[in-house]
Amino acid sequence: MSTAQTPLHKVQGMGSSHSGTGHFWHERVTAVALIPLSLWFAYVMLGLAGTSEVTALQFLAHPWNALLMGAFVCFTLWHTYLGLQVVVDDYIHTAGAKIFLMLLIRFSVIATGATCLFAIVRIAAL
Amino acid sequence: MADTPQRPVARTRPLSPHLTIYRWPVTMMTSITHRATGMGLSVGAVILAWWLVSISNGPEGWQGFHAVSDTPVGLVVLFGLTWSLVYHFLNGVRHLAWDLGYGFAKQTAERNSVLIFALSILGALAIFAFTWTGHGGYLQ
Repeated sequence: MSTAQTPLHKVQGMGSSHSGTGHFWHERVTAVALIPLSLWFAYVMLGLAGTSEVTALQFLAHPWNALLMGAFVCFTLWHTYLGLQVVVDDYIHTAGAKIFLMLLIRFSVIATGATCLFAIVRIAAL
Repeated sequence: MADTPQRPVARTRPLSPHLTIYRWPVTMMTSITHRATGMGLSVGAVILAWWLVSISNGPEGWQGFHAVSDTPVGLVVLFGLTWSLVYHFLNGVRHLAWDLGYGFAKQTAERNSVLIFALSILGALAIFAFTWTGHGGYLQ
């Protein structure tokens, strides 16, 4: 059968959606990672409630806690990015607005993540 | 006029009935709430960044954050985020169960929807009650 598809496009099998199950899968992987991390986060927030900044500093300066907070931030923002992407996909149907919002979400998520990670490193170095 | 016959057609195409027509089943409520809480928690991630930066800025930074978070509006936002996280957590676990093929029966799905609404509100209230009764701050 004659076809306009390149052999690469055919073997990738993505069709007009341009992507496969990657998005779905990453959303699930981050969700699974966030189950224990969210429980830890809740434990930390309750444990620090009503204390001073010295307590929060000392707690987050501990390497394990800094690593866990860093992991919580990374998985949360990755999951946030994937989730917001679906919202835009569902409700925004014009290409220009869609690209603009996708870029805005991506940059905002990266900026938020970078800010969190820098603050965590700075706390550990204080 | 006849040059662009397809133009007005694109605007008047009929839509199949959706949100405004059907009675809202509770499973629809949980689905919409899952999305809404997810969007709310995206804002919560920015507040988390602010909190971490405030800690890294020493006592003044910490006081600056609490000057906002300790106000009535701040507490309402924090309660909203707490409930959103509890809800999104519980319903997220249900989504993972669905991915594995469990919980699709109509009656089960409806029962679990009500259960998740109730548990998320109770969970958020329990977290706030825990700190207000002086049980928080155990990391000191």
